[in-house]
Amino acid sequence: MAFTLSHEDWSLSQRGEVDEQRHDEKVREAIRAHLPEIVTEEGIILEDEEGKKLRIPVRSIEEYRFIYDRNQQPHVGQGNGSSQIGDRLGPAGQPLPGQGEGGASDQPGQNYEEAEVSLEEISELLFADWELPDLRPKQQDRVMAPRPIFDDVRKVGISSNIDRKRTLLESIRRSRRQGGTRTILPEDVRYRTWEEEERPQENAVVFAMMDTSGSMGSFEKYVARAFFFWMTRFLHTKYQNVEIVYIAHHTQAAVVDEQHFFAKGESGGTACSSAYQLANRLIAEKYPPQRYNLYPIHFTDGDNLASDNEKALAAFRQLVNVSNLAGYGEINPYGRSSTLLSTLRQIRDPRFRSFTVREQKDVYEALRFFFSTRR
Amino acid sequence: MQEEEYASLEQAIEQEIGIAHRLGLDFFEMRFELVPARIVYAIGAHGMPVRFQHWSFGKAYTHMKLGYDLGLSKIYELVINTDPCYAYLVDSNSLVENMTVAAHVLGHSDFFKNNAYLSGTSRQMTETMEADAQRFSAYEARYGRQAVEEIVDAALALSLHVSPHSDQNIVRWRQAQPAPALPKTPYDDLFEVPDTRPAVAHPEGPLHFPSIPEPDLLLFIAENSHVLNDWQKDVVNALRAESLYFLPQLGSKIMNEGWAALWHARIMREMDLTEAQTMDFAKLHAAILAPQPGGVNPYLLGMRLWESIEDRYDHPDRILQEAGVRSGSGREKIFEVRETENDVSFLRNYLTRDLVEELDLYLYQRVGDHWQVVDKDWQAVRDRLVSNRSNNGVPVIEVQDGDYNRNGELYLCHRYEGVSLDRLYAEKTLPYVWRLWGRTVHLQTVQDGKPVCAMYDGHRCTWKFL
Repeated sequence: MAFTLSHEDWSLSQRGEVDEQRHDEKVREAIRAHLPEIVTEEGIILEDEEGKKLRIPVRSIEEYRFIYDRNQQPHVGQGNGSSQIGDRLGPAGQPLPGQGEGGASDQPGQNYEEAEVSLEEISELLFADWELPDLRPKQQDRVMAPRPIFDDVRKVGISSNIDRKRTLLESIRRSRRQGGTRTILPEDVRYRTWEEEERPQENAVVFAMMDTSGSMGSFEKYVARAFFFWMTRFLHTKYQNVEIVYIAHHTQAAVVDEQHFFAKGESGGTACSSAYQLANRLIAEKYPPQRYNLYPIHFTDGDNLASDNEKALAAFRQLVNVSNLAGYGEINPYGRSSTLLSTLRQIRDPRFRSFTVREQKDVYEALRFFFSTRR
Repeated sequence: MQEEEYASLEQAIEQEIGIAHRLGLDFFEMRFELVPARIVYAIGAHGMPVRFQHWSFGKAYTHMKLGYDLGLSKIYELVINTDPCYAYLVDSNSLVENMTVAAHVLGHSDFFKNNAYLSGTSRQMTETMEADAQRFSAYEARYGRQAVEEIVDAALALSLHVSPHSDQNIVRWRQAQPAPALPKTPYDDLFEVPDTRPAVAHPEGPLHFPSIPEPDLLLFIAENSHVLNDWQKDVVNALRAESLYFLPQLGSKIMNEGWAALWHARIMREMDLTEAQTMDFAKLHAAILAPQPGGVNPYLLGMRLWESIEDRYDHPDRILQEAGVRSGSGREKIFEVRETENDVSFLRNYLTRDLVEELDLYLYQRVGDHWQVVDKDWQAVRDRLVSNRSNNGVPVIEVQDGDYNRNGELYLCHRYEGVSLDRLYAEKTLPYVWRLWGRTVHLQTVQDGKPVCAMYDGHRCTWKFL
């Protein structure tokens, strides 16, 4: 009887990987579909650890077919020789070892698949179609920072920068000139090299302004926090430096640290103009618009003192004029009407944007409203 | 395995083949290939060395590889039912492991070649699937990956609802379809003769379509769909053929794995092993046969069944003797059973009370928030095993009416036998049927003891009591 035993080189076979990649794409699609829930996931917002992985239920990659309801029928198992009726085998929440093997009917009813994704992957998906809204070109010269630009080819250089295509071309030319077989000699080798180009250094400042008056509850704060979290991450992809200035206000405004900013609020009335005025003052003193890209964003429940509205409008208008983008976010789960929002709407400027968040998943919509190219 | 061990493996396989022949095994010519673990997983995920690309295979591959990387599971063997028979050995496994696997797949190859249920399967399936893969990827290039994936996803969802006996029904369905209208020409009025023939009343009342309920959903849909065009039908038919090839293997898993385990043990017993190798083999063999609290290990159950049959026919009791069984006919009997039975009849005919008790098999169920042993009666265990294996564990769903409401809608009927369908899965599967069929799809079944019908009209699924 003939048989063969072969041992070939399989290192180039990508059979499994190609399908694995297709599956990964499916998972990413599913994650994209879940983004509204994911962006306000507490695991992300509250524990900002780099490289953190999240497990996200992904239903759409389930392979559905007609199967029996597994909770209706008993399964067959095997004991160690002394099993008794009534023996407990394990918690029902998880399948037992061996459950689901040996036939289509016994497969455990995994209702969903969990995918593990990192914060970077979510960011990548989330930011894929975001951009900064139309900005006015800055006339003034900004801080210049050198950046390497590969734009030249030389005969000397470091070997990690060998330009293979040009080297080969040189070798072909020289070999043809000289006749004979083609060789690569040291004189053929070309290196890519760079110039240092002065480019304006890009800095951005986010003025995170939040109403900390008594009417702002933990839901309102969480929404603001989730929004600032993603906004800051996004700005980091566009600017070398992003600074956040936290301004908390009730009837008076103060610059506070992050912890204090998101901590439980104080009681009392609300005068939003105080925050806007403080931001204007900071811009004048520390963050000149010639050098900084400015992003003032204000979160409030819209419950402003009526007498303050006109002052707030004036101050906010001033903010809009120097900012790249000025946002007003009203967290309004009960759909009350707000006098501040209608007052601010008098500002007709593409750099001013306002939105209303009613529930947690509106945060995603708000972010899209601000930054998406496909609004 | 070290490089220098390849020669030893080759020698060992040659020896094993000699022993296997002496023991009476009759297998295909063997092609052993030593490959890296990830290749075995890739082939395992596809079920074939070359198959079309699909994300579900990637999902299986990821799971298997993850299990391997974490040291949770280890794949040993992969064998393909073809002639010659391809078997893949993992090059990082030890010599003894690969010797055992080689002996094991000789058992599989013998089973592939001789079992009646597998005899109808194509032995050139590698070539067929390779050709399928090429056509599918040409369709992807032409119509887009998503368009192909939509059809493949839907057809895979129904891929276990096929029957090898249904091809003959095609002719009948074609007759039941109205003949296509001839194209109009400017000269039609010349031939316009009033039809004075009396309307033909069908002798058996209105023609039912299909005339008998049809269990092969893929075939019925490919033949009669309102929406599939030629390349889409080709995809559905190709998946059906692949499924018909795999199903008999699914339906004889316990027999086949048991048979292979039985013979690898007997072949390895006759090999010259060093003391250390003997220990390694014993450990491996024990790991393969380890019982599991949550399921039935097909290697163990199958092997013990084969041993029990052989033993009972070698030493027949009074009842068997009266039935004409000669002593010492055990070997002959097991070779006969491996030729003529599948898992359902194997378990029903040969699983004895002694064996159920010896193996300590039980029924367990969810009680409160625990899995709990609920029954140890041997007949209950046997019947459960048999019904799990019936129709390969797939609910029987038949086309009841292919022109429901006289509107070309599809009416499916679940043949309820005491266990309901998973409602969520049914709801999620109906859209796949709809995608292939092109009109509203109905599914009659039983939920909570009451007959119900689910309907999917392309937008949403609704349930109603019948």
